[in-house]
Amino acid sequence: MRADLEIIQQWVRPGHHILDLGCGDGTLLDFLQRERNATGFGLEINPDHITTCMGRGVRVIEQNLDTQGLDNFDDGMFDIVLMTQALQAVRRPDKVIDEMLRVGREGIVTFPNFAHWRLRWGLALSGRMPESDALPYKWYNTPNIRLCTFKDFEALCRQKGIKIKSRRVVDGQHQNSWLARLWPNLLGEIAIYRITRETT
Amino acid sequence: MPDSLPSDSVGLVSPKTIHFDTPLELACGQTLESYDLVVETYGKLNADASNAVLICHALSGHHHAAGYHSLDDRKPGWWDSCIGPGKPIDTNRFFVVSLNNLGGCHGSTGPNSNNPETGKPYGPDFPVVTVADWVASQARLADHLGIQQWAAVVGGSLGGMQALQWSLDYPDRLRHSVVIASTPRLTAQNIAFNEVARQAIISDREFFEGRYYDENLVPKRGLMLARMVGHITYLSDASMGEKFGRELREEAYKFGFDAEFQVESYLRYQGERFSETFDANTYLLMTRALDYFDPAYDFGGDLSKALAPAQCEYLVLSFSTDWRFSPARSEEMVNAMISARKRVSYAEIDAPWGHDAFLIPTPRYTDIFTAYMDRVAREVGA
Repeated sequence: MRADLEIIQQWVRPGHHILDLGCGDGTLLDFLQRERNATGFGLEINPDHITTCMGRGVRVIEQNLDTQGLDNFDDGMFDIVLMTQALQAVRRPDKVIDEMLRVGREGIVTFPNFAHWRLRWGLALSGRMPESDALPYKWYNTPNIRLCTFKDFEALCRQKGIKIKSRRVVDGQHQNSWLARLWPNLLGEIAIYRITRETT
Repeated sequence: MPDSLPSDSVGLVSPKTIHFDTPLELACGQTLESYDLVVETYGKLNADASNAVLICHALSGHHHAAGYHSLDDRKPGWWDSCIGPGKPIDTNRFFVVSLNNLGGCHGSTGPNSNNPETGKPYGPDFPVVTVADWVASQARLADHLGIQQWAAVVGGSLGGMQALQWSLDYPDRLRHSVVIASTPRLTAQNIAFNEVARQAIISDREFFEGRYYDENLVPKRGLMLARMVGHITYLSDASMGEKFGRELREEAYKFGFDAEFQVESYLRYQGERFSETFDANTYLLMTRALDYFDPAYDFGGDLSKALAPAQCEYLVLSFSTDWRFSPARSEEMVNAMISARKRVSYAEIDAPWGHDAFLIPTPRYTDIFTAYMDRVAREVGA
């Protein structure tokens, strides 16, 4: 099993109502529906992904976060709002995070770390925008328009008074690595954050 | 007609008339003591009767949704693109039921049927039926066919309203409700177009207050105008533009008022053909059923409250250029379903054909519809 699914699953209680922002082909929700009896929806804009979701029984709503936001969801109606590998692709990540924690009690966010040593090294050495397995695009066609580092994300959370309940750092293949745990902002490729505004 | 029937067609089909003797109480307060429903079915009902799909028709539709009545037919049923072996509603897996609704003019009891009390056609005395009345009559049909629960109730436009109404009135009798190019209520603009259509019919001198059958006449001009105005709302500006543009039938303007532009002659042709096959009183009834449909009405306009009893899962589809029932109307419905914590999936399909897109098999529409119905089939073991 993919390490990120394994980690996220541990944070989902049976019957949780979940919203998955940018749910892709529905792999994660399908997994949580079967393993955790979770309910809820994915939001997606890619037509092929939407079709795949519908075929596998994942409830999916065609909705563009950038233009439509989450206005159609009521406050606190979800136990968990997920966003895996999509934060860096929205126009206003800060507003999306606010909305996640308005409609959900808890957010789970994963994104690629732009301060990973290989990206730093690549930029330092070649003077060109870095590319990696997690970020395989050219600067001019990348959907990843809001890249940040783990430190950047944590600073934003502090500034907004958002509590980070857990952080797990994995490598590009979503595997746990002790090196990444040791020095995350340099050695971690992908982080999985669990965030909330609730105080308890 | 093709020389041989296409392999993905349900083939030659014939309608059946089913008579119902149990009185049906209608929303208007009147009661239909007995009535007929004309029905076509495609595919086979499985042993536990779990693979049945109900098709609900739109304004001018009827029971003949797929296949051919004879080898001389020029065209197959109205939704042949979506119903058949290997098509989205796969008749190798589903038992498909399609009927002509009450008040219709294709064989089910309606204004042109004889009123048993007078021995003459009902005409204007046929009660104004609602979407909920149709659903109640369809539930009787399900009883008759031995279907306790539909795998899915499916409809486009006015048919989608019936699919939605089913989920509210008989929550445990359907697993899926597929609502395509529809709306939870008509807008003022929608009602306005219906009113123009009705006035065209009612003001026709040959309408005789709905008793034209007695005069052996048909309010042909009114019906034709009604269809012409309706037809405009089914197409998009872009699709009309592409089909006709400003093309003339002959080379130069003739400085008169005959049909000089291709679009004029197309609309006249559509209107005339329609007026030969459709009943004017039925047209009045169907447009009124559209106007009255508003399940949120009894809940202070709050659709999510109206949805409370629903248990089924919904698929809602809209089309980008549909301005009759625009994607925004579908989204209204979807948002109410989300608020009511119902299971729903939604997609807006990019298609240039306006409201009519729900009848036209574009690749994405077909893919989504097929994927969803495949899942429904697997769920019921079909």
